[in-house]
Amino acid sequence: MDRFLLQASTYASSIDGLILLIGVLVGFWFLLAEGLFFWLIWRFRARPGEKSQYLTGKEKHVKRWITIPHALVLLCDVFIIIGSVRVWYDVKQQLPEPDSTIRVIGQQWVWSFQHPGPDNVLDTDDDIYTANDLHVEIDKTYHYKLESRDVLHDFSVPVFRLKQDAIPGRSITGWFRPTVAGDFDIQCAEICGIGHGIMAARIHIEDANTHAQWISAASAATTP
Amino acid sequence: MADTVADVHQHESAGHDDHHHEQNFFVKYLWSTDHKIIAMQYMFTGMFMGLIGGYMAYVFRMQLAFPGISVPGFGQVSPGEYNALITNHGSIMIFWLAMPVLIAAFGNFLIPLMIGADDMVFPRINRLSFQIFFVSVLVLLASLFVQGGGFGGAWTSYPPLSAESTYNLTDLGSSLWLLAVALEFVAFLLGGINFITTLMNSRAPGMKAYDIPIVCWMIVIASILFMLSVGPLIAGAVMLLFDQVLNTGFYDPTRGGDPILWQHLFWFFGHPEVYVVLLPAIGITVDVIATFARKKIFGYKLVLYTAVATGVLSFFVWAHHQFVAGIDPRMANVFTITTLLISVPIAELLFVMIATLYGGSIRLTTPMLWALAFIAEFLIGGVTGIFLGASGADIYFHDTYFVLAHFHYTFFPIAIIGTFCGFTYWFPKMFGRMMNETLGKIHFWGTIIPFNFIFIPLFVLGMGGQHRRIYNFQHFPELAGPEMYQLREIATISLLIMLAFQAVFFYNMIHSWLKGEKAGKNPWKSNTLEWTTESPPPHGNWPPDQMPVVYRGPYEYAHPDREEDYWPQDEPA
Repeated sequence: MDRFLLQASTYASSIDGLILLIGVLVGFWFLLAEGLFFWLIWRFRARPGEKSQYLTGKEKHVKRWITIPHALVLLCDVFIIIGSVRVWYDVKQQLPEPDSTIRVIGQQWVWSFQHPGPDNVLDTDDDIYTANDLHVEIDKTYHYKLESRDVLHDFSVPVFRLKQDAIPGRSITGWFRPTVAGDFDIQCAEICGIGHGIMAARIHIEDANTHAQWISAASAATTP
Repeated sequence: MADTVADVHQHESAGHDDHHHEQNFFVKYLWSTDHKIIAMQYMFTGMFMGLIGGYMAYVFRMQLAFPGISVPGFGQVSPGEYNALITNHGSIMIFWLAMPVLIAAFGNFLIPLMIGADDMVFPRINRLSFQIFFVSVLVLLASLFVQGGGFGGAWTSYPPLSAESTYNLTDLGSSLWLLAVALEFVAFLLGGINFITTLMNSRAPGMKAYDIPIVCWMIVIASILFMLSVGPLIAGAVMLLFDQVLNTGFYDPTRGGDPILWQHLFWFFGHPEVYVVLLPAIGITVDVIATFARKKIFGYKLVLYTAVATGVLSFFVWAHHQFVAGIDPRMANVFTITTLLISVPIAELLFVMIATLYGGSIRLTTPMLWALAFIAEFLIGGVTGIFLGASGADIYFHDTYFVLAHFHYTFFPIAIIGTFCGFTYWFPKMFGRMMNETLGKIHFWGTIIPFNFIFIPLFVLGMGGQHRRIYNFQHFPELAGPEMYQLREIATISLLIMLAFQAVFFYNMIHSWLKGEKAGKNPWKSNTLEWTTESPPPHGNWPPDQMPVVYRGPYEYAHPDREEDYWPQDEPA
């Protein structure tokens, strides 16, 4: 997956690892089934004078061909379920202690971000508000509080492998920890009306110095 | 009701003599209670809607590959129009193509013929079912032309976007869309009652439960699934309609409602619905494979039981559509387990179909090619579903083109391949003439090859993070690169090629209908009862004194005691 898209959060690689695990397991079954399928079509093509065989599928030695794969598929499912639950628990269920907390608000058709400002506490007077630009510091754990003002939206950061729906009337808390500096896309991944396609934002992942400079510049600009 | 029962008794006692007077065109073809005519009404209405759905796909794929161009035959696509196009493309292909063709058309045509009945148990309810369906078509088409345009909130219609016109900007369009869907449900509930009752009560003498052809079982199991799952959605749809027109607040959090409630009600129906259309397609495929591999089905009861198991399990997986939708995160674990478990019966169904080929004498006729393509392509749809059913991987894949490509690899085999498979197989029975094999094969390859070139690029785009329902990707720098546009163009050009090849099918259909070789009663040397009557079957299906009697199961091909490699169900031992 990292061939397609950079991994820029701590859990991006575990999600990609799970995708790889599933890819290997189902890829094996897929190739086996398609291979067998095309071989059977070739092997048992109609030939003049040859009658097909009369098999009911009730004989034990024939039935094996279904029951053994059946058990193996079930076994693969168990592996995938365990892998999946572990990743899910890590990303969505178990939130680590945050270094900082931000608020993300979706509305038709803009993302608003509330940064904690110089005191690093959300909902104080020095909070910094931006539209469509989220500034975070590299290697810091963030909690986000996700809200919506009107319809459903979905806070999606592909390089983090993160998605979460925003729901009016609720505040949903999640987490991420950026690992690569740079500017990346934030999408809205839930259809939200005719402006759904323009609801694009950028996340700016900065090192400690640059981030501190941005905080002082931004609070200077907003302080009267 | 009493009237209808009397009608049936009259059928039995009078043996159709009362129907032999001349009927005018209107009564015979538009107001008919004959199951075969109703089947054709459903078939051609479904195909017509499929063409409209295909046209919509053409318009929005053009916009995606070449943003901003004036699409030939449509013009420039606005964001609102784009949303209306994708919404109605999805709704049409599932509710107005897959459902009417696979369940209603094949169910109506095949069930009475395959179980040896002269018609459905409730012919007038059957007629009513199609008439309501036809009204739903008109309402849906009307919704595209009202002020504000068609509904654009996606076929899942999530509130609050779908509930308030200030959000969706299509006041009338959303309500008409919802009304059309509701009418369509009524039509299929009526049709389903008929299928279930007919299969239970009208079988030919001697036909036991395990002598029923698989396709009839599948359509009936699908009808039962539909009946059991649609109730919650109808309740949800009424609440949504109230929110739209009476300004109630069922889904409005500021007035004590909850938008997630709709998602639960919708997907409680929406996931079994996948299997409602899947099972008939599997039934068609199984029957065609048995005929052209000249083989008994590998485990008749296994197919039946796994279909039932799939149906039962499908009621416990719905929230896998909502992993990241704000449900309690612990719930995702439960639904991951149930979702992955459903891979077992589905894998088993596919294993059985593949195993049936073993030891066969496989003839690659056009219907057989479609049946084999169903297996080959549906496998891709099946295995990619595992990525999405695993909650951890779905965090990334949710609402990307990976999802879109996945479900097209399931729904295309179901709705398109399944339809062509059944249609080309039963065409001789429906119209009494053979279809042209050469044209059939040209159409087959001209559809299957481009199909893969449409959706494999979309898998790649989805893995690259491309999200759904965006009419122009220029605002997302990561998605606006030239290689992304190349993939989109490959998909769009493949779609154009695939749509062009459909002309071959319609030419072949009309030409063969008028001038094809006469089919005779049983051109494929098949066992089931529909091949024992004339092609096309007369009103009442068999002459009243020659109603078939069944002596054995439907898949006795290449029986060792027999010279012939088939053994019709109605032939005395």
